[in-house]
Formats: sequence, structure tokens, C-alpha cells
Amino acid sequence: MSTHAPKGVGHLRGDEPFPAAAKVALANPQLRRNLQHATTTIRGKSGRVIAELPDWQELRSAGSALKAYTMANLPRLLEQLEEKVTAAGGVVHWAADATEANRIVTDLVRRTGEQRVIKVKSMATQEIGLNEALEEAGITPVETDLAELIVQLGHDKPSHILVPAIHRNRSEIREIFLREMPGVDPDLTDNPPDLAGAARRYLRETFLSTRVAVSGANFGVAETGTLAVVESEGNGRMCLTLPDTLITVMGIEKVVPAWADLEVFLQLLPRASTGERMNPYTSMWTGVTPGDGPQNFHLVLLDNGRTAVLADEVGRQALHCIRCSACLNVCPVYERTGGHAYGSVYPGPIGAVLSPQLTGVEDNSSLPYASSLCGACFDACPVKIDIPSILVHLRNQAPHPRSEKAAMAAAAYAMDRPRVYERAQKAARIAKLLGKRGRGLPPPLNGWAASRDLPEPPAETFRDWWRGR
Amino acid sequence: MRIALFATCLADTMFPAAAKATVQLLERLGHEVVFPEAQTCCGQMHINTGYQKEAVPLVRRYVRTFESCDVVVAPSGSCVGSIRHQHATVARQAGEPGLAARAEAVASRTYELSELLLDVLKIEDVGAYYPHRVTYHPTCHSLRVLRVGDRPLRLLRQVRGLDLVELPAAEQCCGFGGTFSVKNADTSTAMLADKMRHVLDTGADVCTAGDVSCLMHIGGGLSRLRTGVRTVHLAEILASTEAPA
Repeated sequence: MSTHAPKGVGHLRGDEPFPAAAKVALANPQLRRNLQHATTTIRGKSGRVIAELPDWQELRSAGSALKAYTMANLPRLLEQLEEKVTAAGGVVHWAADATEANRIVTDLVRRTGEQRVIKVKSMATQEIGLNEALEEAGITPVETDLAELIVQLGHDKPSHILVPAIHRNRSEIREIFLREMPGVDPDLTDNPPDLAGAARRYLRETFLSTRVAVSGANFGVAETGTLAVVESEGNGRMCLTLPDTLITVMGIEKVVPAWADLEVFLQLLPRASTGERMNPYTSMWTGVTPGDGPQNFHLVLLDNGRTAVLADEVGRQALHCIRCSACLNVCPVYERTGGHAYGSVYPGPIGAVLSPQLTGVEDNSSLPYASSLCGACFDACPVKIDIPSILVHLRNQAPHPRSEKAAMAAAAYAMDRPRVYERAQKAARIAKLLGKRGRGLPPPLNGWAASRDLPEPPAETFRDWWRGR
Repeated sequence: MRIALFATCLADTMFPAAAKATVQLLERLGHEVVFPEAQTCCGQMHINTGYQKEAVPLVRRYVRTFESCDVVVAPSGSCVGSIRHQHATVARQAGEPGLAARAEAVASRTYELSELLLDVLKIEDVGAYYPHRVTYHPTCHSLRVLRVGDRPLRLLRQVRGLDLVELPAAEQCCGFGGTFSVKNADTSTAMLADKMRHVLDTGADVCTAGDVSCLMHIGGGLSRLRTGVRTVHLAEILASTEAPA
């Protein structure tokens, strides 16, 4: 029996339902401006480089087919990956959930005797709350992705899969650095190259003095046992090559069957995510190479609810995600609320279908409704995940408010009985008494009238007119 | 041609002008319009709000009502989208493969208005006259579910007297989204605010679209702000002539 991601550990559940969290975000003009600017810029850049490829749709289909094949053969492929990684000198660990993964990683770091680890940007380790677990064990995790570092130093949460500090602008980043960064120049300006320079100075020293690194993985090739991380800064490359020990936490869905399959994903991912033609730093390693790079390599394969997702015929498509964030960047809801409103480390459209499935829909029941079903995410997804259909599917599993249930049942009853339906149509004219402002409307209908006038009911329905002519 | 009208529950009840205009337009073009009275609602609201089981009788009703018709038209991209892309799935998941097959067959003969005019009736100039400055909002389900593309714009470009102005960021959702507009009223309103700003930027007198639902939302906002900009369904523009009947 597959289980969901456990409560009380990790970051898949928010503190409040989406509408309440969104309300706070919507009232923040700085956030709205940052998001609008950032998503519009990425959308434009990505759109331009995608338009250059004549076979983009074929690539999407290939990516989708590869992922569907992988999910259908997941147990075999994971065992093959384990075998190949082990043969190449790595050690593979299986973690059923966040708690187990955190324990495995913490124990591995403890065994090295080190007090500090450097981290490559990773969604899986954010998902399981690894930093908190390490800190509890007296180990200091240092995020080395610039945006992730900004989030960490700001005691903040990531709000975008790819650009975790998308909600911050440069003056806010300057303030965070001045307040939190060890050894920072007190005359630091908010000029982006100066900010990057400050982070570089701080991180270089950390890279050279830390002997354990923790990473995620974009891909794990079953055929060869090769792990791959794609990033834009080179800081990941530092973490993956300089330390003695490398611990990689990878969601089980990240396995790909063969080396040649990377050809498809390495074309799809950079164009869909950052709008680059080719990813700047693509690091790949297979086990341990004597005298070159980390001499101890551990791969932690993480389930944390994924097997439960795989069991759902419609919902399992969410596991095809390659974490490009294209759906976030095109989502009109995300563009206005930002990522924190979703509560989980996975925000936006993909988060709205992934988080509730990993936790069980009861724990994230507002997320499947955090979409107008406009379909922009489906069009943008480089592996063709039909996010709107999964949202609708999950809405069927979500617990429904009692009053809504009654109203929907009554509507369905009337709509299947034309005579009752016609009486209801006439009754709708009573809405006239409410006026344009909908005075006295009960929740949630008063939410409509708060910003939109009610339409004036017509003198006769269409069918009345039809009969009378 | 004999064309059956699926008025949609929202147009039938709250926006009859859109359904009337569809009848008047098609009759003016020389076609016979029938209105099977057993029709009510396509069930989209139930399906998209998480009440798929409750929608099964509505899918069955739609199929039974229209399966004897050669061609069905609805003045709504959203309802036709549901009929074409959800009905068969709803029936199948309810364990009714027979109904699913029938639903697929009816869906293949059900058209949104601009599809019917251009793809079936092969007409681009419907002889309309509408002397107003108009901007067109391509609703999400017309655009990304039905893929009607520029069909509505091609029809509008032929309308005499009409000054068509392009809507900036037209492809962005207006924020309606059915029950999304009340369940997430604040976010819906934030999306609407941007849509209204773009509509106002065009200087248009009229904002048109192929769905009364999105127009109810956009129009409700424009009215609340006393912008003086009206929302009018595409069918009403196409039905207008120099000497109104």
C-alpha cells in the first residue's frame, strides 16, 4: 500500500488555504510588480528561443512518451540505476519518505565528522526540509545557488521552482546581504554585478573549505548510472567536484531509461525554463572516479508520496514534470499571487497538481481550485502534462463544503428536469431585487459582487422568446 | 441547412440576446434553426467544480437531446469545449462506454459559432453592419481548448462600419474561470483588473467575445467602474445589420 508524504516534516503543506494566502500576496504592490516583470521577461525570452526550433512539438511529444514509458517501467529502471551506480562505486539508499531521507543524509554527514555542507539548488531537499533536519543535528547547510542563498539568508521560503527569490528585488537583496552575509562589504550597493560579486566572494571561500556537498538531480540514467544536474551559475559544478563526499537526493521519478534520452530533455529543459538555447552548466557523473572529484558518492532515492501519485491513472502525469517552471511563468494566477500562496515548495500549476497528490488531497484541498483552467500551462509544458485535466480530476477527490454540495445537487436536479429548470430560471429574476451590487448575497457569492456588478436579469428567457415568436 | 441551437443555460437564462442573435444571424443567412426544448445545461460547472458524478445525467441529457441533429451550434466556446473534450470522459469514467461513444459522435457535430460559420457554412462575410470601435477578447476555452484561432477576428474584419482594435495581452485569462470567480474572488479580480486596463487602453466602446460567461465577468467589472464600455457577444455583432429587423 503506497502512502502519502508524512505530516510534520518538509514543505508540501501550507499554513492556510490558497484563497487566504493569495489575499495577502495580492495586497503587496512590490511583489506584484516583481512577479509581473520577471514572468513577462522569462515568457518573452523562452517564447523566442522555442520559436527557433522547427521540431519543438515533436520534441514535446518525445519527452512525453519517454516519461510515460519511464513511469510504466519505474521499478525495473530504478533497480537498474541502483545496480549501475553501485557498480561505479556509489552507494544507493532508498528513502520511503522525507523523515527517512533526512535521517539517511544526516547520518551520512555525521559519519564524515563535518559540521557544514554546501548545497546545490535542489527541489527534493527543499521538499523534505533537509536544511532544518541538518540544522537540528548541528550541521550548517549553505545554499550556493544565488537565489537560494538569498532565500536562505533572508530566513525566507522559495517562491518559484527555478527562480526561488523571484519575489525579491535588488534593494531587498542588498538589505538581506548587509544584514546576514558573513564578511560582507558594508558599502555594498544594489547594483546587480556588485550583489553577485558579494555572493561570489562569500561562496568561493565556502566552496574551498567545505568537504561535503548535497545535491538534487535533474536526471538519473538507468542505463549507465549517470546522474545529471543542470544549472546556470557554475556554483553547482563547484559543489559537485570540489568536496570529498557528495550526497544526491533524487525523486524516484527523475530516472530516465537511456543516455540517449538526455538528448530530448536537454533540448526541452533550457528553452522552456530560462529561455536559453543550451544549458550553461550541465554536470554529469557516474559513481566515483579515483583521483577526480568526490571520492564518496551516495544516492538517496526518494519516494515521499510519489508511488501514491503513480497509482492514479490521471494524476500520474504530474510525475512527468522536469521542473522547468514554464507553467509558473505563463500562469495568470501565479503571476499575481506568487509562489508562497501555494504553501508548498512546488507552486504554480504544477504545484497545484503535484502537492495535493503527494500529501493526499485532504491536506491541500484548496490547491486544485487555485486555477481558472485557462489552459496556458498545458500549452507551455515541454512534456505536455495536461495540468487542467488533472486539476479537474483532483477537484473530484477534494472534500467539498456542505453548502456547495447541496447547491450543486439542487442545480443538477433542476437541470435534468426542464420544467423545474424553467421555474428556476424565472426565480433567477428575483436576483433583480439584489441590485447590481448583490446586496444580501451569501458567501461565496458575495465574493462576486465585491468587485463585479451583477447582470440585470432579462425580461424574458431565451426559450420564452422562442415560444413567443 | 437545418441547425440545432444549444442556447446554453447561462445565455438562455441571463443573456438571451446572444442566443436570439445566433438564431437571427443563421436565419438571415438562409438556414433553418431548431431549438430542442429538452436542452438545459452541458454540465461544465459541475464537472469543473469537482462534481463529475452529478454531471452524468446532464451529459446524457445533452446526448439524447441532440443526437438526432446533423449540426449543433452553441454561442459559447466554453460549453462546446466541455462537450467536445469532457463529455465522453465523464461518461467513460462513470462506467458508461455506450454513452461515451454516443457523446463523442454528438460532440463531433457540435460547433462553436465561429467554427460553424467558417468551417461548416464556409462564410466569412455575414453581411453585418456595426458602427462601433470594438476589441475582441479571445476566451481561454475558445483559444486553447477549441483552438478557434483567428476565426472570430476574420468574421469581425468583414463587418461594415466596425473599427476593430487589437487587445493587448489578449491571450491572458480574464479571471472568470467559472466557480473560480467566487472561490478565489480576490485573485479573479486581480486578473480582471489587468484585463479591464487592457480593454480601456484600446479606447474601444465595446468588448466582444464568444462566451457570455467571460463577458459577464468583464462586463461586471467594467460596469462597477462606470467605464461606459459595454460587453457584447460576437453573435450580436454579427447579427446586426444596417436596417435592423
